[in-house]
Amino acid sequence: MSRIAGRFQQLAAQGRTALIPYIVAGDPSQDITVPLMHRMVESGADIIEIGVPFSDPMSEGPVIQQGHERALANGMCLSRVLELVQEFRKSDDTTPLLLMGYANPVMHMGYAAFADAASAAGLDALLTVDIPPEEVDDINAQLQRVGIDNIFLVAPTTPEERITRIAAGASGFIYYVSLKGVTGAGHLDSDEVAQRLAAIRRHSTLPLAVGFGIKDADSARTVAAVADGVVVGSALVNAMAQTLADGGNSGQAIEAVAALLGEIRKGIDNAAS
Amino acid sequence: MTINASEELYVAVPDEQGRFGPYGGKFVSETLMAALAELEVVYRNMSTDKQFQQELDHDLQHYVGRPSPLYEARRWSDSIGGARIYLKREDLNHTGAHKVNNTVGQALLAKHMGKKRVIAETGAGQHGVATATIAARLGLDCVVFMGETDIQRQALNVYRMKLLGAEVVSVTSGSRTLKDAMNEAMRDWVTNVDNTFYIIGTVAGPHPYPMLVRDFQCVIGREARAQSLAQTGRLPDALVACVGGGSNAIGLFHPFLQDETVAMYGVEAGGHGISTNQHAAPLTAGTPGVLHGNRTYLMQDSDGQIMDTHSISAGLDYPGVGPEHSWLKDIGRVNYVVANDDEALRAFHKLTKIEGIMPALETSHALAYAETLAASMTPEQTIIVNLSGRGDKDILTVAEIDGIVV
Ligand SMILES: Cc1ncc(COP(=O)(O)O)c(C=O)c1O
Repeated sequence: MSRIAGRFQQLAAQGRTALIPYIVAGDPSQDITVPLMHRMVESGADIIEIGVPFSDPMSEGPVIQQGHERALANGMCLSRVLELVQEFRKSDDTTPLLLMGYANPVMHMGYAAFADAASAAGLDALLTVDIPPEEVDDINAQLQRVGIDNIFLVAPTTPEERITRIAAGASGFIYYVSLKGVTGAGHLDSDEVAQRLAAIRRHSTLPLAVGFGIKDADSARTVAAVADGVVVGSALVNAMAQTLADGGNSGQAIEAVAALLGEIRKGIDNAAS
Repeated sequence: MTINASEELYVAVPDEQGRFGPYGGKFVSETLMAALAELEVVYRNMSTDKQFQQELDHDLQHYVGRPSPLYEARRWSDSIGGARIYLKREDLNHTGAHKVNNTVGQALLAKHMGKKRVIAETGAGQHGVATATIAARLGLDCVVFMGETDIQRQALNVYRMKLLGAEVVSVTSGSRTLKDAMNEAMRDWVTNVDNTFYIIGTVAGPHPYPMLVRDFQCVIGREARAQSLAQTGRLPDALVACVGGGSNAIGLFHPFLQDETVAMYGVEAGGHGISTNQHAAPLTAGTPGVLHGNRTYLMQDSDGQIMDTHSISAGLDYPGVGPEHSWLKDIGRVNYVVANDDEALRAFHKLTKIEGIMPALETSHALAYAETLAASMTPEQTIIVNLSGRGDKDILTVAEIDGIVV
């Protein structure tokens, strides 16, 4: 069983919702990423989503855009991200790792070369924002060859017949984008999320994670009541950037993320009880 | 003229997936997929709808001022002493460039879809002005995204857009030019997809945009082909157009693609020179990849990051190119070449002085290459150059380079 499937099964047995933090690899420095990942696991992360920086992150709001820009300025690149995955795996062989990024760096490395390198590094899943089911055949063939899950998005605008099609090709979990907009936007409608998740469950038995509009313990609790996983990104990237802007060091930036994640973990676990 | 296999080849693209050979497609986030599917259906219906076509033709004739003349540049041709050069005068369109052919068409689609708000990206500002113009005429809200760098170098067009009632949003992310403006427009569209129509300004973006922008711009080539036959009794020997995203070039080229005797040259921005890496010539010096919803030739580094570009002309300062051009390059139907900043500037001055026609700096790249090409041909041969836009917007840029304070 894949690490992702195993993790969701284990959580379901405990009646808990997965907490999935998102950070940008190499933001704000290359050295911070692996220690930050370990600290996030200690603070309650169940799966870690690592943003692969891209020059043109079209689905990101300003907070994560700036994270991508900082990471690229630090020399972060896809092959280096995979090295960080490998480094993390040396002392954590159980936490599932998901890369989230854009098509071009992966395509430029070559789908086969990426699949080989990613599987050797210990990666579990890939989510490419701009590869919809229509364009997925080539990359899926390579990911399936090495047993890496391809995570698909379902959006508020996705019609029901497309959900069927997405569900047919998905593995690991399905990622529901909770709002029309970019990451970090603030207009999550929890009733709508509940309705949409119910619609997806009619077509798939995979776990459903929700992301894009969740920024604190309150919004996480609301979503956790109906979802199997909660993704938090902009709030964490912002906490780190803010700490450094206020004169803090990397250690303090990591602790700012840990503190916020700890609160969100409590919010989620309260939803369950 | 015989109909041959190549005719079918050119009308068969894009296919149902929006592919031109291995290029094109729909590489966008899931949120936009339904909107693109809806646009495709509406467009396919409208493109065979008599009333829609009549409305479009009426606008092109009475609002844009079409057909645009095909003008023989006698003094310029004489000064070169080679092929006779004809200029397809898109600069004489309302708002001063070919861009309006497309905005009139897409705005009609927006109207039929009941969208009350239109957005656009712009580099030189010509597409932004053309969009703001048609939005004013139809009473639509209009927001134009423009890179901070371009806002500075195209100040006149920024003010034009504001006078027309558009909101101009300054984009400060990335390289602060056209590609970043397009990222920001996509972000707006994802957020406001229910009430907003995204009027893309060139033959790039996800399917169906490269197809529908091409179709709206093909009026250039259809007219030019008929005008050439009427004025010279034959087809031209060569076509020349500048290539940013590639909309004026495809508009001129496409109706001639099956005419095998017509050679075609797309001129990219060579900037400071291809060897300096400071240019905007993905077809000449780039490799295939995915940006802004389609697979095409791009300027990218060894990690697949999109590189910063440089061109004297904001409208060519883009690291990608429409996917149909990538395909036409690979199959060898169109030759893609470059003209550098300094060559374009010389052509700008020369045409202004010798013909009394002041071209846009984008267009000046095509003129620079046409001059070299004409010199290698004979006076019995003819070239059509797409005079894609007028140069008023560039006067401040040219003055600054010449060290003159206006
Ligand atoms: C006058 C003119 N010509 C050419 C271009 C380049 O665009 P395209 O390659 O789509 O024709 C522009 C773009 O702003 C323009 O304003």
